[in-house]
Amino acid sequence: MDALWILASTGLWDAVLRIATPLIFGTLGALLCERAGVLNLGIEGIMTFGAMIGWLTVFSGGGLWTGLLVAALCGALFGLLHAGLTVPLGLSQHVTGLGITLFASALSYYIFRLVVPLEASPPTIAAFRPIEIPLVAEIPFLGEVLASQTAPTYLALALVAVMGWVLFRTPLGLAIRMTGENPHAAEAQGVNPLILRTACVMAGSALMGVGGAFLTMSAFNSFFPTMVQGRGWICIALVVFASWRPGWALFGAVLFAAFDAYQLRLQSALENAVPYQLFLMAPYLAAIGALALMARKARVPQALMRPYRRGER
Amino acid sequence: MVSIRVITPAAIAAAGLAAGAAASQEPLSVAGIHASPVENAWNSRLHEALEEAAAEGVIAYQFSEGVSGTDYPRAMREYAEQGVDLIIGESYAVEREAREVAADYPDTAFVMGSSGEPAGENFGVFGTWNHGGAYLAGMLAGAMTETDTVGSVGAVPIPEVNLLINAFAAGVAETNPDARHLVSFIGTFFDPPQAREAGLAQIDSGADILFGERIGTADAAEQRGALAIGSLIDYTDRYPETVFANAMWYFRPTLDAAIADVQAGEPVGRSYTEYSLMPAGGSDILFDADAAPAEAVEAMEARRQEIIDGAFEVPVNMDEPG
Repeated sequence: MDALWILASTGLWDAVLRIATPLIFGTLGALLCERAGVLNLGIEGIMTFGAMIGWLTVFSGGGLWTGLLVAALCGALFGLLHAGLTVPLGLSQHVTGLGITLFASALSYYIFRLVVPLEASPPTIAAFRPIEIPLVAEIPFLGEVLASQTAPTYLALALVAVMGWVLFRTPLGLAIRMTGENPHAAEAQGVNPLILRTACVMAGSALMGVGGAFLTMSAFNSFFPTMVQGRGWICIALVVFASWRPGWALFGAVLFAAFDAYQLRLQSALENAVPYQLFLMAPYLAAIGALALMARKARVPQALMRPYRRGER
Repeated sequence: MVSIRVITPAAIAAAGLAAGAAASQEPLSVAGIHASPVENAWNSRLHEALEEAAAEGVIAYQFSEGVSGTDYPRAMREYAEQGVDLIIGESYAVEREAREVAADYPDTAFVMGSSGEPAGENFGVFGTWNHGGAYLAGMLAGAMTETDTVGSVGAVPIPEVNLLINAFAAGVAETNPDARHLVSFIGTFFDPPQAREAGLAQIDSGADILFGERIGTADAAEQRGALAIGSLIDYTDRYPETVFANAMWYFRPTLDAAIADVQAGEPVGRSYTEYSLMPAGGSDILFDADAAPAEAVEAMEARRQEIIDGAFEVPVNMDEPG
């Protein structure tokens, strides 16, 4: 019975939003890249770099929002590198992306070691504090769930709406989706697919950087070189789960986070009646199961992973 | 992701000048090979002891950090080829390969953190047995919990993690037999945000004192105004008001024993785990006496003295808690 009561506890849903936030940023970022036709497997490394550089900015005296901005800019730079190799040069998006992940992870560690003094446990910053919104705080249940959330979580939620609106309600969104479906047709309409793809990969990578920064600037207050722990790969899977739609990306991230937060509580509630490994597996099993169900209906952007070359049919 | 740094104490230059000095006075050349960054709590204990010994001129210390399992045997060979006298590291992920490398370099001494047995004359092992400190911290936690519920957040239930959490539980049971003990594992060694979530989940389940085998656990306690206990290193400065006790682990006794063996020409192919225990000064409790009730501290101190004198042995239980 305890196991069911947990589902109605504010503590669970409070944790769900916090666990989901980096996934929402990362999934929206990967989704934007893929909508324009570019798979970005650099996500894991870009999130690591964002986590490092955002934290380092604050550690060096910058403000928290400056840190997020720097993480976004650095993410965009890695996006430019990825786009430069895969869009005009048309190199393999898989190989380039994995290369960027290795490069960005190693570079994060290197810069961290150069700049930050060695200590027994890594130095801390003053991370984002929960913000109180006057009227919302009084809503029962929801108010309590939102009470301990930080500003980047609200930013992530707002971005879902913004990206949905841009992709499906604006000429720019139409051009992006067209570039991902049929870049030749897009070019015939006067859209430059090379520029648009590059811009989307940069903007998407910027979001990945912010997602990583959330880990060191809100979820925790120190940087560890390996702390992204596969969250980037989960985002790549969530994009497929979401069928490349921002609203579903939010749902997928929340669903995954809910399983994760729930299993952490079940470990305590069931007092180890079940091996803990089963709980740890639960979010991933749920993701695979959901993917199998959703992917049947998924409409993959038709030009995803196909380099665009002018005049080529 | 390998970086190498060399720490050369002024003593080396001094030893060079005093060429006539006895051979045993010359600093021993020691290499540390860390699978993780040296900020990782466990590695920081080794690194600190090695740097301290280097500063005293006992050893010349150089190290590599963030050495992945695939690179680890190569790093061992490189240091052995350079003629390093003693290699300190961790063979948890490369137990077989590390022993193969040691067999190839019989003149180099290897002393590794390991879950396995020593091998040959030159491959010694040590365990991280700071369970004495964990037991004593558990005694305080049992006496202090107001909800009669405490929690432990661990990485993965490997023997040395289980040992600690079980010793903490035994300490809690000694002072509070009715207390509930919640145990969570996060399934990874480096995910502080996840350890924090696990800690919050335990607080939601009623725990008011958390034993953080992993960093991040105390952040949960800090957020909710609960208390926490650290492991391996002293977390009091990082979480003032929250962390009131730490199950400390000191590597220096192990290191000194290994250095003495190498300098005396004795084989290092043995277990050094005894030097991690409280009687050898390898483990202890660091705590804030003001945070705990006086009678709890008194009982704990009495037990501590018994452990150090050998009159009481902290139970060694490496089974998965639960």
